[in-house]
Amino acid sequence: MYKAEVRGPLILGDKNYRQISSDIIAPIDQPTPNWWKAVFGLSLLMAGFGVFAMYKTVAEGIGTWGVNNSVAWGWEIINFVWWIGIGHAGTAFSIFLLILRQKWRTSINRAAEAMTVFAVAAAAIFPALHMGRVWLAFYIFPYPNTRGPLWVNFNSPLFWDFIAISAYLLISASFWYFGMVPDFATIRDKAKSKVKKAVYGFFAFGWTGSSREWLRYEALSYVLGGIAAVLVVSVHSIVSTDFAVSVIPGWHTTVFPPYFVVGAIFSGFAMVMTLMIVIRKMYKFQDYVTDSHLNAIAKILIFISLIMGTAYATEIFIAWYSGSQYEMFTFFKNRITGDYTFQFWAMVVCNAFIPQLFWFKKVRQNLTFAFIISLFINLGMWYERFNIIVTSLSKDYLPSSWVTYHPTWVEVGTYIGTMGIFLIGVLLFFRFIPMIAISEVKGVLKPTSLNKNVQKPVSHE
Amino acid sequence: MEKKYWKSLEELNNQPTDDKADHIPHGRDLLDIMNEEIAGKTSSRRNFLKFCGFGFASAAILSSCENPVKKAIPYLNKPEEVTPGMANHYASTYFDGSEYSSILVKVRDGRPIKIEGNNLSPITKGRSSARVQASVLSLYDGKARLKGPSKGGEKSSWQAIDDEIKAKLKEISDAGQATVILTSDIISPSTLRIIDEFRAHYPGVRHVVYDPVSYSGMIKANKESYGRAVIPQYHFDKAAVVVSFMADFLGTWLNPSEFAAGYAATRDLTNGEKKLSYHIQYEAGVTISGSKADKRVRIKPSSVAGLLIGLYNSIAAHAGASTLPGGTTHDTFSNLAARLWENRGKSLVICGTNDPDEQIAVNAINNLLDNEGNTITFANPLLTRRAADADMESLVEDMNNGKAGGLILWNVNPAYDYHHPQAFTEGLAKLKLSVSLNTSQDETLEHVAFSAPTHHYLESWGDAEPRTGCYSLAQPAMRPIYNTRQAQESLMRWMDNGESYYNYLKDFWKNNIIKGGENEWRTTQQKGVFKAEVSETEPAWNSDSLTVAAYTLAESKEFQGYELHLYETIAMGSGRYANNPWLMELPDPVSRIVWDNYASVSPASAAELGLAEGSMLQINSIKVPVHIQPGQADRTISIGLGYGHTKFGKVADGIGVNVFPLVTVKKGCRTFTGIFEPDVAAGTYKLASTQMHHTMEGRPIVRETTLEGYLQKPDSGNELHAEFEAKKATLYKDTEYKGHRWAMAIDLNKCIGCSACVVSCQAENNVPVVGKEEVLKSRSMHWMRIDRYYNGDENNPELVFQPVMCQHCDNAPCENVCPVSATNHSSEGLNQMAYNRCVGTKYCINNCPYKVRRFNWFRYVTNEKFDYNMNSDLGRMVLNPDVTVRERGVVEKCSFCIQRIQEKKLLAKNENRPLADGEILPACAQACPSNAIVFGDVNDPNSEISKLFADPRNYHLLEELHTLPSVGYLTLVRNKPEA
Repeated sequence: MYKAEVRGPLILGDKNYRQISSDIIAPIDQPTPNWWKAVFGLSLLMAGFGVFAMYKTVAEGIGTWGVNNSVAWGWEIINFVWWIGIGHAGTAFSIFLLILRQKWRTSINRAAEAMTVFAVAAAAIFPALHMGRVWLAFYIFPYPNTRGPLWVNFNSPLFWDFIAISAYLLISASFWYFGMVPDFATIRDKAKSKVKKAVYGFFAFGWTGSSREWLRYEALSYVLGGIAAVLVVSVHSIVSTDFAVSVIPGWHTTVFPPYFVVGAIFSGFAMVMTLMIVIRKMYKFQDYVTDSHLNAIAKILIFISLIMGTAYATEIFIAWYSGSQYEMFTFFKNRITGDYTFQFWAMVVCNAFIPQLFWFKKVRQNLTFAFIISLFINLGMWYERFNIIVTSLSKDYLPSSWVTYHPTWVEVGTYIGTMGIFLIGVLLFFRFIPMIAISEVKGVLKPTSLNKNVQKPVSHE
Repeated sequence: MEKKYWKSLEELNNQPTDDKADHIPHGRDLLDIMNEEIAGKTSSRRNFLKFCGFGFASAAILSSCENPVKKAIPYLNKPEEVTPGMANHYASTYFDGSEYSSILVKVRDGRPIKIEGNNLSPITKGRSSARVQASVLSLYDGKARLKGPSKGGEKSSWQAIDDEIKAKLKEISDAGQATVILTSDIISPSTLRIIDEFRAHYPGVRHVVYDPVSYSGMIKANKESYGRAVIPQYHFDKAAVVVSFMADFLGTWLNPSEFAAGYAATRDLTNGEKKLSYHIQYEAGVTISGSKADKRVRIKPSSVAGLLIGLYNSIAAHAGASTLPGGTTHDTFSNLAARLWENRGKSLVICGTNDPDEQIAVNAINNLLDNEGNTITFANPLLTRRAADADMESLVEDMNNGKAGGLILWNVNPAYDYHHPQAFTEGLAKLKLSVSLNTSQDETLEHVAFSAPTHHYLESWGDAEPRTGCYSLAQPAMRPIYNTRQAQESLMRWMDNGESYYNYLKDFWKNNIIKGGENEWRTTQQKGVFKAEVSETEPAWNSDSLTVAAYTLAESKEFQGYELHLYETIAMGSGRYANNPWLMELPDPVSRIVWDNYASVSPASAAELGLAEGSMLQINSIKVPVHIQPGQADRTISIGLGYGHTKFGKVADGIGVNVFPLVTVKKGCRTFTGIFEPDVAAGTYKLASTQMHHTMEGRPIVRETTLEGYLQKPDSGNELHAEFEAKKATLYKDTEYKGHRWAMAIDLNKCIGCSACVVSCQAENNVPVVGKEEVLKSRSMHWMRIDRYYNGDENNPELVFQPVMCQHCDNAPCENVCPVSATNHSSEGLNQMAYNRCVGTKYCINNCPYKVRRFNWFRYVTNEKFDYNMNSDLGRMVLNPDVTVRERGVVEKCSFCIQRIQEKKLLAKNENRPLADGEILPACAQACPSNAIVFGDVNDPNSEISKLFADPRNYHLLEELHTLPSVGYLTLVRNKPEA
């Protein structure tokens, strides 16, 4: 299948299977690099600050935030949706590219999935934390109880949200983990220290690499992949219903589910790009994460950016077309112009215009540019959530209740904290888990290149 | 059943030993079971272990018990009228030295928790004001209230200070000096009698009445014009035309809750009569009266004199009377004079300045219009404002020149509110005797030698005669909390009268007022009010007074520069209740600002002076933050009185600035207006407002029309309602409400924005006070708010008020988004909150289009950061036990006073009768002085609410959202030409 000369090799550098294993396992075997220690230390500080802010929230109350009786949701929900959006890419990568038979995904999907898991975990902190009485969060579980029994409100989007996110987190984590089992076995087999052998051995589930195991493995991948494919679409659609089901102008919008899913994939892909550029640079994985990978991501980003632009335009058009003065006000007087002009235009520029630079091949291929643009997209997506949540609430129906909203250090701290937590997860992943799916990459190694390798002297190991 | 916790085995064992008490069911004692088991057995290792185990387990359980056992001690002998859990209402009287109200005190388990109006009163007719509603909280002000007698700040005993005071009084009397009893207005006939007796007992004693915001100019004028030094009765209910110059008769002028009721009657379009009174207001600062006026004219205080003469002359032209010299005319006068002349005998011209000449001019206008004896009567003059400012001036002089030897202060605080406090305190230091009878600490207290604190009014006996012939009784609603003694009793002790004031009062009433025996006394006590027949003739008009006054008035010219205008605010009045956090956090109806006073400046003047919102303005040595107030007259600056206390209590101290030192005395009367050179000071200041945006943005929120429009088409201005009703469509079946279905109608024409409902709601529903910082973050907790919108010209906008509370939507957006069903709909159409279930996602707050839901951002109870009434055991006594105190992290909102609904439903059920319409009154409706809020059952076709809902003026807020609110609003109709 991969004999065709039309397509370039997906893995460069004339690797053989063994080289692939040792290349990818190298960061796990080698001593911890200094930059890693430094960034990890910084992440710990960030997370520590975040935990302090969270403690403050739980101990004193949501009043430590800047939210108020008109804008009752602020940074915490913005960040929640932002993280969930980022958490979209991993599974989307694996599933959609799997379905589309895009084999180039193999060197990226592991890292993307890891990102998903940590991002969703970071996101999950917010809905819990923003509850006034987080110690009663279990009320949201539909469990049999002695209060009547008193059930949850199955009509509430927050309940759907809870189910969707927990399901997504569970499936993404399982998908990620089961995909790693053969790789853990590889590490186990290569490990020299007993502890390492034991630990990786434990996680490897006693994998021997028999054909039957590979058969089961493939089957499980397909099953989990099938479920995850649905969840990828559902989770952010449901997050969007948190807004779309309401009566608030700027929230009450039927375009939200697709708009949110696309937006999520957008921010997720941008984050993947950010992350892959870092991995490639820091771990010298240029042979695996090739320029053509980044090129492909950039092309996808252009496409999604166009969809985002269309979505923004649609929203504005519908606001005008609806004839509803409340909608008109929200979009024309409180977003395009008004107190939140900067946030609106920051969103449009970052999401709809800046990614268009990727039309230029030179920009696509310049890693610095690509890196900066990917950060801009993430910023733009943050502003998008800010726009949706804050502008709509700050000026809704009765002008007497119009207020502006400013976050406090506690909210900012919590956000920084989740970034710290996310980074800690990602760094630990760098350090202890093969960043690239060894077994899958081997599957896409071109036989042509393999043949070349054969001619080389075989090592005696 | 509640768990029984026990502390020790003794306690556990302490069961009734009386075996005959078989009717008392009791379980078997645990130790008995063990005893049985080990009876007759030798002690074994097994038993030893058993006991060890039991012992350890008990020790562990006991040491882990978090909550101490609190015992509720039942009555040994239950008082006949007290049933635990049931409220009693005692008729009493509120009078704080200026405002009078006949009230019912709601007492639960021995403590007053709420003030309601007394329907039997011919004066207040069951209505009250924000300050009356809030007064109950001052009873529990444990920090500011004085705990007992003291001398020079040191704790003392009653006996000791009585002896010393008596000796001093005698000494002063013997030395031929005067002892002055300086009080606020006293309307208690029995107290006045005691003061008379006191004067007889100690020769040389004088009684001086001091009112920081006085009406002595008016009294003087009436003395000149009619020979009667009183304030007459104003019949707003009979006035077809009301002309007010600077008088906020709906907010603070004389007796506003009485006037509001009368005024609202003439603004009522629901009673079948299709007519409205015409109200024009000439004023400098924006008041609620000005906001309600059909036409509001901005004037400078200095122009009042000229305008009054001008108006007189315009009317005189109709009457054929001779005109007066001078005077300025105004565009509005030709129309107004014609209208007034047409409605002579049915009109009312009033003036809020304290200038005797101006008041004489007003009298002359009313005389010309034949209003005396019709809308203004002298048969039952108002007795609540009788202070003569000149008396106070001469008193301060006497104190400084040695003519006065002693001073007894009662319910006055001149060290704070006298315009020259230093002169007063210096004089005070020269006296041989100074006694304060005040209930709470204040600025004067540290300057007096003795403090003999009187009871709070809710702990006191008393009586009142607010109008001649209209009496009311005050009875204590609880035992005194502290070692205080009623002021009347103190006076009696000091003249060696050992009788109790209660007996004195009873005898006085039996002999002088009710002229009857014990039975009559008891009924009067229960009713709280008594009306005696008075035969007074209307006094004759003395035209000479006008000649003299007109001469002076002709001299006065409108001043072109900046003028100052000091006014009483709705919440603070003259500052007597500054330590009341409910009033401090009550938004000003016009500016919506809380926790501060400020200098209101018109937008044009602000531009002229280069001021912005929050800039600092300097007047003499006083720095005041600026608030830009649309509607303020140009080149005038209005500042509220009553703020800026220094030693009044934790809440009041340091809040706002005291502008009493800017008061001047002119023509022997305290004057609240003046000329000054404005000075912009450095720095800025943040004023906390509960409303940030002030126009309706063209949205149909408050629907308004003109009288003409209304007469042509009753649904004028409300055409949208029919349109939305016609468009109403739903996929779902309408919910059927069998039985009751509660709803509320608010007549925007009658609502005057006075905010009595807001405080009443706060008192009824245990709404916490959150403080300025939290209000700045838009986290006010009030369950109902009164939205105020400006409309029209930026310089002189029309103002509208709209009370907004939970709309109890049948199709409530909040309900379907709550993940835990904490908010849901009752079978009677109420939107309910189950606080216990709420986890605080706040989605309901976001999804409420009316933004009436409130989140408990912090723990507002027992939290040092919110050191208001809910932070002390005593302060929490005011809490209504029928309403849950909400925990941090839950959402709360208006419940339509569900506890009141349930109470009346049960009452009707117990009495086996259907509920009567109007029987259930939510706290807001109860307090409303203008009867703007009607509550009832829309399933009853004959109820008042059903009629109002069928009125073409009725609409629902944001009805286009199909939320189907249970609250209806009736359009605002102004009596003005079609726009």
